[in-house]
Amino acid sequence: MYQNQSVAQRTADSVLSTNKVLRNTYMLLSMTLLFSAVMAAVGVTMQVSPGAALVADIVAIAMLWFVLPRTANSATGIPVLFAITGLLGFGLGPVLGYYLSVNPAIVMTALGGTGVIFLGLSAYALTTRKDFSFLAGFLMVGMFVVLGAAVLNIFLGIPALFLTVNAAVILIMSGFILYETSQIIHNGETNYIMATASLFLSLINLFQALLHILGAFSGDD
Amino acid sequence: MDWMKIGSALFLVAMMVLIYPGMKRALKESPKGTSKDWQAFLLPIVGVVLFVILLIAMVR
Repeated sequence: MYQNQSVAQRTADSVLSTNKVLRNTYMLLSMTLLFSAVMAAVGVTMQVSPGAALVADIVAIAMLWFVLPRTANSATGIPVLFAITGLLGFGLGPVLGYYLSVNPAIVMTALGGTGVIFLGLSAYALTTRKDFSFLAGFLMVGMFVVLGAAVLNIFLGIPALFLTVNAAVILIMSGFILYETSQIIHNGETNYIMATASLFLSLINLFQALLHILGAFSGDD
Repeated sequence: MDWMKIGSALFLVAMMVLIYPGMKRALKESPKGTSKDWQAFLLPIVGVVLFVILLIAMVR
């Protein structure tokens, strides 16, 4: 009897803790996305050079890799996360500025498309409650290969490879959204700051890849 | 040679170096998915592909 009560109590605690991580993650994600959008607008208005955008991205990734994991368990983690997402948003400045000047409708379509994909995948992971932890290795290898192909294409400049890389990024980031959401549901990720950072990265990469694909197919790229 | 190209390439190579240990660990430690698990993954991914095709048709 006591044992059953104890198991029920532990299950209830686990569900409550999962709901809390989910709620905090989505709240922080919406705030960081808003902040990042403001910083992207600043980047577009200032007409940031691609060099400055690259520096902002390098600083953001360095902070994401070396500073965030050390601060994610304290209150310092939140300003660090805002700094990272702000820098990544700022780094979008030149790309956004280009597409806004060529065809603003593409930016809005990519933005809306990213939102629909994120909401759809999150709803799928939350309602089915599937455990997608088996995807970890597959997604990491996929990301590694895509990065290698992107490096090659910097020097080769093959349009078909550029499209293939961006299409692959859309699929891999979609996989990461499913994986990260299922990690939160199944208590694999209990830190909402790290969960937010991971989902934010998936979203920003998804948005950028979708923007490039739509730009290429609209004939404006 | 364009410095932007070299900078971007170095940035991406640094990211590959950073994710390599995590990739090796994930390959070793992550559970193997059953065919049912992969089907559950492919279903929403096919949805994403169809949705992106729809978006492309909209902007063409």
